[in-house]
Amino acid sequence: MITRHQAIETIFDDVADSDLVLCATGMISREAFGVHDRPSNFYMIGSMGLLSSFGLGLALMSPGQRVIILDGDGSVLMGLGTLPLIATEAPPNLLHIVLDNEAYQSTGGQPCISANVSIADIGKASGYASSIEVNSVDGIRSTMAGFQGANGPHLIVAKVENGPVEHIARVSHSPTEIRDRFNDQVQVLS
Amino acid sequence: MTIDAQSFWGALKTRGYTFFTGVPDSTFGPAYTAMMDDPEIRYVPAVREDVALGVASGAYFAGTKAGVVIQNSGVGNIINTLTSFSLMYKIPVLLIVGWRGYGGPPNDAPEHWIMGAKTADMFSMLEMPYEVLDEDGLDQSLERLDDQMTEQSIPGALLVRAGVLS
Repeated sequence: MITRHQAIETIFDDVADSDLVLCATGMISREAFGVHDRPSNFYMIGSMGLLSSFGLGLALMSPGQRVIILDGDGSVLMGLGTLPLIATEAPPNLLHIVLDNEAYQSTGGQPCISANVSIADIGKASGYASSIEVNSVDGIRSTMAGFQGANGPHLIVAKVENGPVEHIARVSHSPTEIRDRFNDQVQVLS
Repeated sequence: MTIDAQSFWGALKTRGYTFFTGVPDSTFGPAYTAMMDDPEIRYVPAVREDVALGVASGAYFAGTKAGVVIQNSGVGNIINTLTSFSLMYKIPVLLIVGWRGYGGPPNDAPEHWIMGAKTADMFSMLEMPYEVLDEDGLDQSLERLDDQMTEQSIPGALLVRAGVLS
């Protein structure tokens, strides 16, 4: 089993400068901030469950940029209806990645029902262009490399450890700083 | 005189609102379908009201003026989205809210009575701008809302009672 940290590092290896990366509430935002803070990252510091719908609106209206949603298992289950909505609207530039540690780690590691539920199967049933579960660094890397510009929306569920959370900094930017620097990176339709 | 769908969406389009998402409400009557069918409007059929607010906020970042069209029962579903997202990051999105249960019992169905009595209070409590749409006040209401939303960079709500739109 890989750590969430390894998974996030591997994902960012594939991120291009113009890609917008949206990071889920809690430890995912904090770890992405620690691993690879950049203006094109949006850290969702509240509103658990909202990330995927925010990403859908962005992907639809900024079609020239790849939008990567770094979601959590608890977060994606909280906004589950958004999965078939994403598949229905079908923005080809959207990549939805769920880091599934089967727990609510930010609140103390309480178990999440994703241990019993295949989020990748839900993605398939919803109608994503592709939906796959991976559990290794190579699995993440080869899946992302394999898209080669193939139209999305794609879903990758990466199973990760429910590991320790010590020494992970909080996002130090204020909400309006996150908004403004991110907004500057979004390509506006002319 | 009611406001017809063409005038209503026309006034919004003139102000730059060309992206809408939401969950249908009978308050809007045929005006809802007219919006969905308008070739100049991009409409996303959201599955929940908080999802609609998320989608509209994403569109806002891409430089689009965006609106969320919902029933007031859905105001209950977006309170946390407003407090820990829209108002915190300061993302202005226009909420167009069908006001079910306006005037209290015996108007409308029982499930709308409590929210019907509290709908305007919800926005007052959150210190958000809102306007109650009158048949002859569309442009004035939209202008006041747009001004306050732009000045404060937060969402505002247009409250639409039954029979005002046709």
